[in-house]
Amino acid sequence: MKPKKVFVTVGTTKFPKLIDKIVTEDVLRLFQSLGYNFIQIQTGKDFYPEAILPKLSSYNVKSESPLVIEYNDLVIRFEEYFEDFDGEITSSDIVISHAGAGSCLDVLRKKKPLLVVINEDLMDNHQIELAEELQKHGYLYYSTCDTLGEALQRDFTILKPYPEPDKSLFPNYLDKCVGFV
Amino acid sequence: MDTQLLLELFILLIFLVAARALFLIHKTTTGHSKYASSKRKSPCRTLVCAGSGGHTTEILALISTLNPEKYSPRYYFLSNTDKTSVSKIEELEKRWKNSSYTLKKIPRSRNVHQSYVSSIFTTVYSIFYTVPLVLWIQPDVILCNGPGTCVPVCLAGFLLKCACVKDTRIVFIESFCRTKSLSLTGKILVYFADNFLIQWPDLKKVIKRGDYVGQLM
Repeated sequence: MKPKKVFVTVGTTKFPKLIDKIVTEDVLRLFQSLGYNFIQIQTGKDFYPEAILPKLSSYNVKSESPLVIEYNDLVIRFEEYFEDFDGEITSSDIVISHAGAGSCLDVLRKKKPLLVVINEDLMDNHQIELAEELQKHGYLYYSTCDTLGEALQRDFTILKPYPEPDKSLFPNYLDKCVGFV
Repeated sequence: MDTQLLLELFILLIFLVAARALFLIHKTTTGHSKYASSKRKSPCRTLVCAGSGGHTTEILALISTLNPEKYSPRYYFLSNTDKTSVSKIEELEKRWKNSSYTLKKIPRSRNVHQSYVSSIFTTVYSIFYTVPLVLWIQPDVILCNGPGTCVPVCLAGFLLKCACVKDTRIVFIESFCRTKSLSLTGKILVYFADNFLIQWPDLKKVIKRGDYVGQLM
């Protein structure tokens, strides 16, 4: 069977709530029903598996470092950080990301289906602005941790590819301003 | 000279400086300094405020589209807590032949999640560190996109203009993240940036003189 991979990333931020939510029986079963069989989670620092794994009724630990577990037929791999971040995105079938602009752009440029999860606990939460705007244009979907399940069931095939930026715009503008043109 | 005269001269000076500053702010905010008054033939001495993290990635994406010979030499300011920006800048500069650039680490005026009150003190420290550096560099153009470090840098650029030492152009590019509201830095630089570039057309509602030229990222 062809592996179908989910990549979950929190970037350089801390977003334990998202990882907690992903590793619940409800969400894992949902992934399975959608045909996914491999979940790669980039956890960031301060990840404590002993706090979330006991909530699962049954699972097998396949490897300790990096931590790989098996839940039903679903393989879940946890890693703090990836050197080859772009490679991880390219090899995934869907990416679930925190709302950082850098991560969103990285995924969109690789034309991968993207679900952005807003961290509501952040102060001065302007992150939602960008996710909202990009969803408005039909490039991605966004949700909160609580609505993750519903968001995953949306139709990701109708998302539009993110257009390539025009690299002449900025130099043309700046050349005019400083007086080169 | 008696003290009376000295005092009067001092007050006069303050008035002159204030008038000059207000005139420049008026010129800037009404968009009258948007384009250079004369054609430029020599390269632009460019100061890039790279700051940290996402801001660096964003501004370097823009810098990479520029003609390096026109914007040379380049001075990159980055925050002293930043680890990844240095390698990103070096990677970019390596692609250009005979590139002439300098890296300068400066203290941050505000850390992410730092309270506004305590950020006053760190800002003062940052100003005392940054301003002399900018006055010494005398850039033709300052490019910045919103890390806290760019406020004192732009103020120093403004000082150069006030003192008629150098006609430093301040170009602010609001972050890609900002679709409806301005960042704190953006709100301050509304008064000082000659060019205010926005990446989402909706921001026009907040800053009328903002320029939207299309999708940059």
